[in-house]
Amino acid sequence: MTRGLILLAALVLAVPALADSLMPAARYANEQLPDPQQEARAKALMETLRCLVCQGQSIADSDAEMAGDMRAMVRTRIAAGEEPEAIRKWLIERYGDWVSYKPPLDGLTWPLYALPALLLALGLWIVSGRLKRRRKS
Amino acid sequence: MRKLLIWLPLAIFILFLGVFAGGLIKPEGKVIPSKLVGKPMPSFSLPPGLPGKAGLSSEALTNGQPHLVNIFASWCLPCIAEAPQLDQLAKAGAPIYGIAIRDRPEDLARFIERHGDPYRAIGADTNSSVQIALGSSGVPETFIVDGRGIIRRQIIGDIKPEDVPGIMSDLAAAQ
Repeated sequence: MTRGLILLAALVLAVPALADSLMPAARYANEQLPDPQQEARAKALMETLRCLVCQGQSIADSDAEMAGDMRAMVRTRIAAGEEPEAIRKWLIERYGDWVSYKPPLDGLTWPLYALPALLLALGLWIVSGRLKRRRKS
Repeated sequence: MRKLLIWLPLAIFILFLGVFAGGLIKPEGKVIPSKLVGKPMPSFSLPPGLPGKAGLSSEALTNGQPHLVNIFASWCLPCIAEAPQLDQLAKAGAPIYGIAIRDRPEDLARFIERHGDPYRAIGADTNSSVQIALGSSGVPETFIVDGRGIIRRQIIGDIKPEDVPGIMSDLAAAQ
């Protein structure tokens, strides 16, 4: 009984080790822009920007404080009339392509785009060869 | 030959399985270095993080002297671990400027009181905007900035005792 109580107390009193600040979230971190069109553009951009702290999530999905600050930054800049792609470029200048979920087409990434087309062509070629052979027999 | 070829798809499958299992068992803890190393410090101006202490603007970093810019926070545990090393650097004459991320003056005052104050000035970056402009992705991080305001080196994570001599020599080289 006492052991159970101690265990319960330990569970209740445990403080998460994860360090977070005591500051409230920035404005527009979790608040939509009043203009729905601007909000839609901000949302589309936020879904393709990678969170730097929680590395498998977009800043739109992440609950990390830094992701919240990045959302606030994106919304504020879109409300000020900045183009989403300009904001993406600004972030890539600082964090590299890593921060963007939209891979650029360059010397390193062109196989990503070319391979599906090449494999499809290869498949069609094999299938057409087999069909021809079957017709002959 | 044909008999061997039959096993090829299975071999490729096992290879893939190995790659994925490796990634799952030991995920790479990726650090994202700032692309601004070798480029000028972005311009910014931050209000003081503590009453009675100066704030920080980028102009203060272009006075011909090299500087250390330390990104930290009172709520950050590794920042406590690196505090003795920062004190050691400050005592050796390194000019250290702090940027406090998402911090309240009262928390910052308690942190400084408990862990020492190596900072010549502390700017309050309450919405992480300067941190993002610097390409920094966490706390603590330290930038070595040369006398013309060019970022020379970024140290990600807390400064360990064995890092101190290297930082001092890089700082001397960044005149």
